[in-house]
Amino acid sequence: MATITHEEAHAHTHGPELQHQFETPEQQKEAATLGMWAFLVTEIMLFGGIFMAYIAYRWAFPEAWEESAALLNTPLATVNTVVLLVSSLTVALAVNAAEEGRKRRLITMLVLTIVLGVTFLVIKGYEYSEKFAHCAGAKDPISWITGSDLHESHECLVPGRGFMFPDEHGSTSGGHGAAKTATQSGHQLFFLLYFSATGLHAIHMIIGLGVMTTILVMALRDRFSPTYFTPVEIGGLYWHLIDIIWVFLFPLFYLV
Amino acid sequence: MRDFPLFPDQASTFATQVDQLYFFLVALSLIFAGVLPFVILYLIVRYHRSQKVDRSNPVDSNLKLELTWTLIPLGLVMVVFFWGAFLYVQMRTPPTRTLDVYVIGKQWMWHVQHPNGKRENNELHVPVGQPVKLIMTSQDVIHSFYVPAFRVKQDVLPGRYTIMWFEATKPGEYHLFCAEYCGTEHSLMIGRVVALPLADYERWLATPGPVVLPDGTIDTGQPVVAPTIGDPMAAAGARLFTSLGCLGCHAMAGGGVGPSLQGLYGATEKMADGSTVVADENYLRESILNPNAKVVAGYAAVMPSYQGQITEDQLNQLIAYIKSLADTGN
Amino acid sequence: MSTLSLPQSSYIRDNSRTFTDWLKSWLLTVDHKRIAILYLLSINFFFLLGGLAATLVRVELITPQGDLMSSDVYNRAFTLHGVIMVFFFLIPSIPAVLGNFLVPLMLGARDLAFPRLNLLSWYLYMIGGLFALIAAVFGGVDTGWTFYTPFSSTYSNSNVVMTITGAFIMGFSSILTGLNFIVTIHKMRAPGLTWFRLPLFIWANYATSIIQILATPVLGIALLLVVVERLWGVGIYDPALGGDPLLFQHLFWFYSHPAVYIMILPAMGVISELISTFSRKRIFGYEFIAFSSIAIAILGFLVWGHHMFVSSQSVYAGLVFSFITMLVAIPSAIKVFNWTATLYKGSISYRTPMLYALGFIGLFVIGGLTGIFLGVTAVDLHVTDTYFVVAHFHYVMVGGTIMAYLGGIHFWWPKMTGRMYNETWGSIAALIIFVGFNMTFFPQFILGYLGMPRRYHVYPPEFQILHVMSTAGASILAIGFIVPLIYLGISLRKGAIAGDNPWGATGLEWKTSSPPPTFNFDKTPIVTEEAYAYPPEAAERDAAAWRPGSPL
Repeated sequence: MATITHEEAHAHTHGPELQHQFETPEQQKEAATLGMWAFLVTEIMLFGGIFMAYIAYRWAFPEAWEESAALLNTPLATVNTVVLLVSSLTVALAVNAAEEGRKRRLITMLVLTIVLGVTFLVIKGYEYSEKFAHCAGAKDPISWITGSDLHESHECLVPGRGFMFPDEHGSTSGGHGAAKTATQSGHQLFFLLYFSATGLHAIHMIIGLGVMTTILVMALRDRFSPTYFTPVEIGGLYWHLIDIIWVFLFPLFYLV
Repeated sequence: MRDFPLFPDQASTFATQVDQLYFFLVALSLIFAGVLPFVILYLIVRYHRSQKVDRSNPVDSNLKLELTWTLIPLGLVMVVFFWGAFLYVQMRTPPTRTLDVYVIGKQWMWHVQHPNGKRENNELHVPVGQPVKLIMTSQDVIHSFYVPAFRVKQDVLPGRYTIMWFEATKPGEYHLFCAEYCGTEHSLMIGRVVALPLADYERWLATPGPVVLPDGTIDTGQPVVAPTIGDPMAAAGARLFTSLGCLGCHAMAGGGVGPSLQGLYGATEKMADGSTVVADENYLRESILNPNAKVVAGYAAVMPSYQGQITEDQLNQLIAYIKSLADTGN
Repeated sequence: MSTLSLPQSSYIRDNSRTFTDWLKSWLLTVDHKRIAILYLLSINFFFLLGGLAATLVRVELITPQGDLMSSDVYNRAFTLHGVIMVFFFLIPSIPAVLGNFLVPLMLGARDLAFPRLNLLSWYLYMIGGLFALIAAVFGGVDTGWTFYTPFSSTYSNSNVVMTITGAFIMGFSSILTGLNFIVTIHKMRAPGLTWFRLPLFIWANYATSIIQILATPVLGIALLLVVVERLWGVGIYDPALGGDPLLFQHLFWFYSHPAVYIMILPAMGVISELISTFSRKRIFGYEFIAFSSIAIAILGFLVWGHHMFVSSQSVYAGLVFSFITMLVAIPSAIKVFNWTATLYKGSISYRTPMLYALGFIGLFVIGGLTGIFLGVTAVDLHVTDTYFVVAHFHYVMVGGTIMAYLGGIHFWWPKMTGRMYNETWGSIAALIIFVGFNMTFFPQFILGYLGMPRRYHVYPPEFQILHVMSTAGASILAIGFIVPLIYLGISLRKGAIAGDNPWGATGLEWKTSSPPPTFNFDKTPIVTEEAYAYPPEAAERDAAAWRPGSPL
C-alpha cells in the first residue's frame, strides 16, 4: 500500500468521475456528503439570524403579529406547503432510482421535482404580486397589470414609505400622521421579516432548481451509475433543506 | 511640560472601589506576565542548544501539572468574577432616594435638564455627596455617557431610557465624553461634569442663564425678576398633561377611561395579559409612545400613540410630572 | 535529494510557454498550494493597505487638535483600517494562506476535498475586497468596522451598503474555506493518521473552521438587514421606525466574538508547531492543547454579550456573560503553560520563527490578561470603548495573530519556495516588531485607564504625550513589517536551497520535497507515529551536535 504511487492509484479501480485528490470513490462520496451537511448547518445559521429577529419582535409586538398574519394568504401557502412536501417525496424517489440505476424513473422524478419547484415559485410569485398590486391601489394582480380599478385597495403591506396597514374596519387609519407610524411599526416589521425570510427561501428555491436542472442534464447524459450518484444525493439533501426551512416558515408567519 | 497624568482622578464613590479591583487585577497580571517571561527566559537560556545540561528523560505530559495550572487560574478568575459582579450590581442599582437629572444625547451634544427646570448643554453640575441618577435617552444614534473620574459609563439609546447613577466625592471639573462612536463630530461630543459642594450647587441651580434647548431654539432665561429658572420639570409636565388632554381619561381620582396615574411610578402594575410590570421610566415612556404594547388589566386599548407628537424633552417633563404624582400620593 | 538545486518538478514550475498560459495556470489553478500563494499575495496587499490607513490615524493623533485632516477623513481612515484588517487580513490570514498550503500536506493528502470550491473562495475574497476598495475610493465609509445601528442603517452618509456587500461576499469565502477544511480533515487523512496523531495546527484549524461555518452566516444576515433598512427605510434596527438597535449588536457580536477566535486559534496552532520543532521535543500536554482549542471554539459562542455590558442589556445577562468570559480564559492559559513546559529539557534554538513564537507568548499573555480586566463587569464599565480595549485587542490580534502569521511564514517559507531567507535579517526584523509593537500599544493601556475614548479625532491635551509615544512606536513597527518584505523577496532569487527538511522537523509536510510537487507526495505516506515524534534523546543529540558557529 505504501508503495502505490499516485498514478497507479488512478490507473484502475474506478471510473473517470473520481477526482485526483481522492483515493477511492467511497472517500469521494463521503467527503461530498459531509461537505453538504456542513453547508446545511451554515444555511440553518443563516436563517437562524432571521428567526432571532422574529422571536425578538414577536415578543415585542404580539398584537401586530396576530393582526398581520391574518392578512397573509394562508390558503395559497397551504397549497405551497403541500407542493413542497410532495417534491420532497419525488426527490427521495429520485435518489432511490439513481441508487438502483433506473434511469427513466430518475429522470421522471427529477422532472416532477422541477415542475413542483416551479409551481411553488409561481404561487409564491402570485402571493407577492398581490401585495405589490395592493400598494399600487389595485385589487388583485390582474387588474394591476391591466391597469383597471386602480383605487380599489387601501392597504399596502410592502414595507417602505408607502406602507399602510388597514385598521379593523377595513379602511386605513390615515390622518394621524406620525401616530400611525408608531402603531404600524410592529406590522411593518412583521411584513419585512416575512418578505426577508420567504424571499431568502425563494432564492434558495431558485438555486435548488438550478441544481436539479444540472442533475437532470447529467442524468440525460448517462453520468450516473449505481456506484456513482453522489450529485443526486447531495442535490437531494439540499432540496430537503429548502423544504424543512419552509416547514418552519409556514407556521411562523401564516399560522401565528 | 504639560500636565502628564498616568492615573485618572478618583472623584466618585465607585472610583476607589473600581480601582481596588483594578489594582488587584494588575497584581495578578504581574504574577503571570511578570513571572512567566522570566521562566521562559530562564528556560530558553538554560536549555539553549549550546548549553551542555542534563536533557535526559524529557516529559511530555503530566496530569497533576495540567490540573494545577487549570484549577489555580480557575480559582483566581472566580474570585475576580465575584468581586466584579458584586460591584457591578451595586453600580447598576440606584438607591431609592436620588437626585434625578434628565439627559438627552444628540449628534453631537449633551442636553441636560434638572428637576427644577434648569437646563445646560455639554455640562453637568452635580452636588458632592448626593447620589445622582441620570435618566438618559438619545434623539438619534447610540451615544455613551462617560465620566472617567467617576468610573461610570452607560450607553444612551434612542427610543428608550437608560439609567446611570453615581455619587461624586470630590469637588472639581471632570471630563465628560461620548464613548460610543456616533458620527462625524463624535470626538467633539464632550463636555465637563462640575461637582460642587451642596450649597454651591443649590446656588448654581437657582441661577438663571441663557440655554439652548434641544431643538436648537434659544431660551434666554427669564428676565431676572424673581429667582425662577423657567418652570420646574414637573410643573412643565403638568401643563403638558393638561394641554394634551391627558386628564380627560386619566382622572386623578380614578374611574376614567384610563387608569389614574396617582402613585403609579415605582408601583407594580397588573397587565391585561396577566403579566406584571414595574412602572419605571421605560414603562411610562412606552405607555405614552406605544400605549397598546402593555395594557393595564381592566382597561381597553384605546389610548392613541403620542409618538411624533411630543419631543424627547417634553416626554422627560411628562415623566417627571408622573413621577411627582407618586411622591404626593405616598 | 541534492541540496544544491531545487527539485525538477514542483507546484511552482510549469510548462507554459506564453505569459497568458502562465497567468492562466495560476488564476485557474485548483492546486491548494498555488491558491495559498494567491492568498498570500492578496492578503499581504490588504495588510499594507490597512497599515496605510493605520498610519494616517496614528499621524493624526500626534496632536490633540485634530489638525491634519477633517474628522470625516479621520473617521473614514479608522473604519478602513478596521474593515480591511479584520475582514480582509486577520480572518483569512492564517487559515487561507498557511492552512491552505499545509492542511493537505500535513494530512498526507493530494489536495483539499473540494479544490474548485477552494479557488472559488479566493475569487469571492477578491470580489469582496474589490467592493471594499471601491467603497473606499468613492468616498469611504465612516461607521467603524462594527457598523453599529442605527448610525450605520439610518444616519451615516457614506458607502455603507458597498462596504457591507464586500464583507458579506468575503464571508462566503470564509465559509467555503472552513467547510473545505472540515471535510478534508475528516475524510482525507493518510492511512494511520488518527485524530490524536494530527499536528496541533490541524486541530486549531479544525476548531476555527467550525466557528467559520457556524458564525459567519449570522453576520451575513445581520449585515443584510442593515442594507435592507438603508435601502427601504424599514425599522429593523432604528427605534424611530420601531426596530431595536441592540438586536444588531447581539447578531453582530454573535459572529464577531467567535471571529476573534477565528483569528487567534490558528495562530495558536502555528505556535505549537514552532515551539515543538525548535525545542526538539514532543509538545507538552498534546491532548490538553488540542481540546483547549475545541473548548475555546465552543465557549467562544457563549460570550458575545461581554461586548455589551454598558449597552443597557440586563444586569443578569451581563453577569452570565461575564462568568462565561472568565471560563474562556482557562483554555488559553492551559496552552501558554503547556508551551512553556515544552521548553523544559529541550534543545532550544533561536531561529527566526522561534523568536516570533516566543514574542507571541509574551504578547498574548498580556493580551489575554487584559481580556480578563475587560471581562470583569465592574472594571469594564470604566474601560470599555476606551483605548484600553484598543490596546487589548491589538495585543491579541497583532501581538498574537500577526506574530504567529509571520512566524509561520518564516517557518514554512523554505517549504513554500524551496529557499532559505537571511537568518540575521529575520532575527532583526522580529526584534524590531516586538519592540515597536510594545511601544505602540502599551501606552494605550494607560491612556485607556485614564479615560481616553476610542475613535476620537480630537482629544484633551493631557493625553498627548502617550499618543506621541504610541505613534513613535508605530513607526518602528512599520519598519519591522517592511524589512521582511525585502529579505523574503531577495531570498526568492538568492536564498540558499533549503532541502526537504531544513529545520529537522517532524510532520508529513517535511517528508516531501521543497517546494512540493503538484500532488504533494510521490507515494501516499503511511503514518505510524504520533505528531512531534522526536525520540527521547533528540534534544540531547541536537545539543551535542552544536559547535561554536552553528546557528544559535
